[in-house]
Amino acid sequence: MRQVLARAIGGVAIIGLIAGAAACNKDSGGSDNAAGGSNCGYKLAFFGALTGSAANLGVNIEQGFELAVEQYNKQKGSDCITVAKFDSQGAAEVAPGVARSLVADKKIIGIVGPPFSGESEAANPIFDEAGIPTITPSATRTSLSASGWKVFHRAVANDDAQGPAAASYIKDVLKAQKVFVADDQSAYGQGLADVVKSKLGPLVVQSDKTEGDGKQTDFSALVQKVQSSGATALFYGGYYTNAGVIRKQLTAAGWKGTLLGGDGMKDPGLSKASGTQAAIGTVVTCPCSPPEAAGGTFVNDYKAKWNVAAGTYSDVAFDAANIFLQGIDAGNTTTEKLNTYLSTVNYKGIANTYKFTDKGELDPSLIKVWAFKFDASGDAVKDQEIKTS
Amino acid sequence: MNFSGLIDNFGPLTVAGLAQGAIIALFALGYTLVYGVLRLINFAHSEVFLVGTYACLIIWGWFGLDQNSARPDFGAMLGYMALGLVAAIVVSGTVALGVELVAYRPLRRRNAPPLAFLITAIGASLAISEFVGVATHRNQRGVPPIIQARTVITIGNTHITNLQILIIALALVMMFVLDRFINGSRLGRGIRAVAQNPDSAALMGVNKSRVISLVFLLGGLMAGIAAVMYDLKIGVTKYDAGFLLGIDAFTAAVLGGIGNLRGALLGGLLLGVLQSWAAGLFGSNWLHAAAFVLLVLILMFRPSGLLGESLGRARA
Repeated sequence: MRQVLARAIGGVAIIGLIAGAAACNKDSGGSDNAAGGSNCGYKLAFFGALTGSAANLGVNIEQGFELAVEQYNKQKGSDCITVAKFDSQGAAEVAPGVARSLVADKKIIGIVGPPFSGESEAANPIFDEAGIPTITPSATRTSLSASGWKVFHRAVANDDAQGPAAASYIKDVLKAQKVFVADDQSAYGQGLADVVKSKLGPLVVQSDKTEGDGKQTDFSALVQKVQSSGATALFYGGYYTNAGVIRKQLTAAGWKGTLLGGDGMKDPGLSKASGTQAAIGTVVTCPCSPPEAAGGTFVNDYKAKWNVAAGTYSDVAFDAANIFLQGIDAGNTTTEKLNTYLSTVNYKGIANTYKFTDKGELDPSLIKVWAFKFDASGDAVKDQEIKTS
Repeated sequence: MNFSGLIDNFGPLTVAGLAQGAIIALFALGYTLVYGVLRLINFAHSEVFLVGTYACLIIWGWFGLDQNSARPDFGAMLGYMALGLVAAIVVSGTVALGVELVAYRPLRRRNAPPLAFLITAIGASLAISEFVGVATHRNQRGVPPIIQARTVITIGNTHITNLQILIIALALVMMFVLDRFINGSRLGRGIRAVAQNPDSAALMGVNKSRVISLVFLLGGLMAGIAAVMYDLKIGVTKYDAGFLLGIDAFTAAVLGGIGNLRGALLGGLLLGVLQSWAAGLFGSNWLHAAAFVLLVLILMFRPSGLLGESLGRARA
């Protein structure tokens, strides 16, 4: 009797599910029509970390991206372009699976992301095969553009610009004579640290590597080596999670030098871990302009929508989304057309002007690198623009 | 390989490794105690430690302390330390008892096979860690500067700080107290009896359930102390802190001989020092790999760990 009952209930449940799914399909069909406008009914995707150890960097980007789409939809009708979010957790081992589920959605014709270099290496081949154009607002490993992906576009300068800029800051502004270089062995961190090392040459007294982001908490060996090397500056190629802990343990051990890093460390998460006081003076380079320099009403709009100030690359992600949206508006509603459009685009956004080389790199004349410094607010604020020649 | 990295920094790396090892040792006691009595690896022990790292932070937070606070003066420091330790011990102990009650006792009543215990242990571990992860948005939480590390002893280029001495001394004292408790007290005799032969112990009138609860509680207390030391040494905690250090602690327990209290201390200190040396010699990224290779080598020659497994047998 009980078995019969269970089967009956199960059967009803299955019928219910099917009916529900059918109803959903009908709904989405209806909204396509409701969207009205001729170039509507498509999706733009964000692909990147929404959770995981470096999630703040991904969330900054996703929010800038989503804001752009929302503003566009306000002009074009409520759900002209739909936002699809794919959480890669910023992890190269998670990214391929998530990327496959992204390319399975045929309505997605453009991707903002992936934000990190490691996940880019893992996911971009899949996007390339599917032919979906990508614009990364933040993955800076140089070799990404040399992989032959036709869909790859980078809206910021790569580490070939950021690394030398960091090195010239250490040499010319800090005037450090002894520099310790360490990295987290990520595609991004190691790439950046290697460029810095080669540019600094004999100024580098010693180097070390740490385990990956969030995988190591006891850095006492690194701290000891930095102290005994007599270095007055430590360049760390890695993300803010490890960097905050390293900064804290360096300070606790009494090291008075300056910690420097790239854009992956440009997040208040660093000072939240280390304590604001310990973080003060930490310098990060970024191939981006200060967020407050973004044109238009972006800074206020962002704050109004998300209730936080725009973060690192929020503005670039906003621009990247708008580049896609402008293309879609002009009738480039297939992935092929959109990709061709990107090869000739010359778009003036709020953070920069964008023009891509045939490899998908930002046109060299448009590259900017800034140095930012953590201050008593616990965030990295603009210090100075670094000349890149 | 960077021989000068190890040789030049030999003293400081050893001391740093001993401090890290002392924390690992206190943490490892929980694994070893439970294993000694139940022949069961309590994988949820890593989360018993984790909640301890948060418990003291929350208590300190009630007093307005966060990672940006100024350092308290000596009297206040003692007060905060006592409060933090009590909070961590109480919370860790409670969670350890709770895990035993929810994840293990019902299975034991039904004579579940050992694999079932393993699964509930891993389940409890993941559930607690994920709960903390969701509640904290998986962010790191900075520790207030309760104790400022200050060099108090200098030998050559080795500067030993007050914090390192505190951590190592506390681990040794706790180990001594626990050792005396297990080997000298009436309750300890009960624990040893159950460890040797649960059925005979029950026949002799030992309350097995109570002994098991006691063992979990003791492990929780030690993990609570380890958690406070971890917070002070590392300076941040995160929802996966227990998992990362838990592997080290479990390894230390096996290295010393799981089920053996003194083995846990030896294994912890040894593992800490080995990791520190490995980080000096090969680079910090080799910290875990090198230490574990050595673990395999040691276990090849001493399969039951350096001191062998014996909670009850030795000096009964």
